[in-house]
Amino acid sequence: MNNVFVYIEIEEGAIADVSLELLTKGKKLAQQLGKKLEAIAIGYKLDGIEKQLFPYGVDVVHVADDKRLAPYTTLPHNKIVCEIFKNEKPEIALFGATSVGRDLAPRICSTTGSGLTADCTSLEIGDHTDPKTKTEYKNLLYQIRPAFGGNIIATIINPETRPQIATVREGVMKQEIFDAKYTGVVKPIDVKNLLSKEDFVVQVIEREIEKSKLNLKAAPIIVAGGYGVGSKENFKLLHDLAEVLGGEVAASRAAVDSGFAEHERQVGQTGVTVRPKLYIACGISGAVQHTAGMAESALVISINNDPNAPINTIADYTIIGDLNEVLPKMIKYYKQNTK
Amino acid sequence: MGLKILVLAKQVPDTRNVGQDAMKSDGTVNRAALPAIFNPEDLNALEQALQLKDKFPGTTVEIITMGPTRAAEIIREAMYRGADGGYLITDRAFAGSDTLATSYTISLAVKKIKEFDLILAGRQAIDGDTAQVGPQVAEKVGIPQITYAEEIKGIENNVITVKRRLERGIEVVKCPLPVLVTVHSSATECRSRNTKLTMKYKRAKTLTELQEAGMDYEGFYKTRPYLTIKEWTADDLNPDPNCLGLTGSPTKVKNIENVVLTAKETVRLTADDKDIDFLMRELIANHTIG
Repeated sequence: MNNVFVYIEIEEGAIADVSLELLTKGKKLAQQLGKKLEAIAIGYKLDGIEKQLFPYGVDVVHVADDKRLAPYTTLPHNKIVCEIFKNEKPEIALFGATSVGRDLAPRICSTTGSGLTADCTSLEIGDHTDPKTKTEYKNLLYQIRPAFGGNIIATIINPETRPQIATVREGVMKQEIFDAKYTGVVKPIDVKNLLSKEDFVVQVIEREIEKSKLNLKAAPIIVAGGYGVGSKENFKLLHDLAEVLGGEVAASRAAVDSGFAEHERQVGQTGVTVRPKLYIACGISGAVQHTAGMAESALVISINNDPNAPINTIADYTIIGDLNEVLPKMIKYYKQNTK
Repeated sequence: MGLKILVLAKQVPDTRNVGQDAMKSDGTVNRAALPAIFNPEDLNALEQALQLKDKFPGTTVEIITMGPTRAAEIIREAMYRGADGGYLITDRAFAGSDTLATSYTISLAVKKIKEFDLILAGRQAIDGDTAQVGPQVAEKVGIPQITYAEEIKGIENNVITVKRRLERGIEVVKCPLPVLVTVHSSATECRSRNTKLTMKYKRAKTLTELQEAGMDYEGFYKTRPYLTIKEWTADDLNPDPNCLGLTGSPTKVKNIENVVLTAKETVRLTADDKDIDFLMRELIANHTIG
């Protein structure tokens, strides 16, 4: 009872990185609370899936295995998770902020009447005293996220309702094996008796999921462009530099929304979080939603024609100038100095 | 076959264009400095509704929005583009609602309207980016949901086929009506205002707006019912007061911090050749690149 739960996302038999990242974070939270870590795996042909989960310090894996449970649809997954929550009364439940987690978590919260905070960038345990009633709450989950156009960082709590539920984007939390020899128990779920025909009214009739060709998280060097890049054509300059340096191209949300770059290149609170050796920010002003996704880069270079752009304050180098001029020169002097 | 479509929409502060004066010196949000706009993905949802209206004669499209009196602006805006009318759900009792309390309130309005085939909504609103209200309304109304819709491919024999835009691909799903569909920004952009409709509906008002403007309901509006935007308060919805507003919101804001970026020691350079040459040499020397 009152343990920490993580919903495991499974795409064609493979566990999503975000779920393993959440297990890593979940284990830390569980240890702080003196509780167990439990995982929920729902899908088809899940034999042996627990072996991939135990090393993250998972004590219990709830497994619902049925042909009808993959690919994911909302209603059956919702019913299974709600049933587990009803019996196990979790203290905390974590979901990936993916198109699955963001579809499922709100439905669950509406069923259970729990609070939900989306796209958290940090999760901590802490106490709270209600300013009006002076009621004291121990060991709440602080759900921390930027809000309101990134001008503020809000700490959200759910004093009364359980579980305390949060979604987190891929890459925000680190993924670490807890103990390679760790083992727990498997609890199978009686899917046949739990689900009925009405749970399968939504049918997937076609599905084309590409394995992402792009792995921003693993790129040692990232050349990122913002709204200031100006056009899709100008992004070519960024690709040129990335290619020469052996890096990848990323973009801010403003650049993605303007159609300059593909969505999968988006770095920030609603995109990917990256920690490269070098992050070159071109024409990015540096709203906190963006910096939330790149602030842990080892070295940051900002290229901007605005000397007062907020990103300059977290940059190791700022180049004030036009990137149409700066980027070709970077390529030129890189080549010249590595000859 | 005419459909009865409800579109959930929200008037939001335009957080995409936040200026210097967006925050007050005490750290609170200066709402007056931010323009209020039609939430962008709700416009994508409206367009899907209007396309169905074009396709199936007799279809009606009505907006439901929860907010202050001025939120009636987006109902009018939707009418200028082809919606038939709307409901403004407004009450002080709703203040401080989180997504769960909001969903509860909207679901009561949907249940009061009772007859509908399809609910459309934007995937998320730009002031919170939570994407929670759509699925939560679906749960409370007791219907299935299809999120991240890019295109409604068709409705046949009461079964809707929807193409979803996922992070790494697409999915096509089908589901019998009624269903709630949330629409992604990759869907077709909303058509612009229609001049004739703008002329027809420019004087559409809620009762509160009429009273505030001191306009005569009996004379002009009574004979033109299409110009009255329906306005419901908490009393009209017969709610459980414990589920409304701040009281009905399980999430509480513990604290809010202004974002202050801690300054690093920054090397300032220009686009001069010698500066860029220096930078590239330094990056190579410390093995960052090369």
